[in-house]
Amino acid sequence: MVQLEDLQNKTVGIAGCGGLGSNCAVALARVGVGHLIIVDFDIISESNLNRQYYFYDQIGSPKIQALKENIERINPLVKVTAINLKLDDQNIKDIFDGVDVLVEAFDRSDQKQIIIESALATWPERPLVIGIGMAGWGGIDMIKMKQYGNLYICGDRVTEIGPEMPPLAPRVGIVANIQANTVLQILLEGSLVGSQTNLN
Amino acid sequence: MKFTLNNRPEEFPCNQLTIKELLDLKNYTFKMLIIRINGNIVKKDQYNQACVHEGDDVMVLHLISGG
Repeated sequence: MVQLEDLQNKTVGIAGCGGLGSNCAVALARVGVGHLIIVDFDIISESNLNRQYYFYDQIGSPKIQALKENIERINPLVKVTAINLKLDDQNIKDIFDGVDVLVEAFDRSDQKQIIIESALATWPERPLVIGIGMAGWGGIDMIKMKQYGNLYICGDRVTEIGPEMPPLAPRVGIVANIQANTVLQILLEGSLVGSQTNLN
Repeated sequence: MKFTLNNRPEEFPCNQLTIKELLDLKNYTFKMLIIRINGNIVKKDQYNQACVHEGDDVMVLHLISGG
């Protein structure tokens, strides 16, 4: 029998606190995941507010500090470890050593590559939930979660941000919440290995 | 040889392929990739050496920006 109370004993790492990370962290806090480790080095700017879980009066604050405050206002029972740091292929190994599931929530593809490669090489069995493809609007039927071993890929995997394709609250929020939903399923039901789907 | 690529069966008339050869054959031209053979990460500087063999489980994932 699945027990939501068991979430209190779980730790989830969130690498990046932008559109994906801030919304995913808030969803996991609302359902009662006991410990969140949130990591980012960025400051909130006005342009972030079209999709990221911050408020106008938080512009200029470090994202991790503001996100910790917002989560504490939503669910003070959640322990939030907020780390102001630029993650790289080395420090990720210490920061996220004890997490049950790691969420990749970076913006740039080169940063995603560094973190995903390092995480998969360091923890070849641990669930890693990543976000790929969420720019623009519409196209809801393109957005999916697909699994490949311990790697869970959330998003449409084709829409890349650019001048004509901005990241916007609805689709970014949908993918962030699909990531949170995937984390929840892993935490409550165990690794989903065995229910693999086609990537293409 | 037969192997699995992105959870689908593939068959090529040879005994092994380097990752570089596989990417060329499949016309994967994207620059930012995550590649695993049997769960092991293959980094870009290994594409000419790392080989796919009979029965291997291969993942080629294309990364794009956004988050």
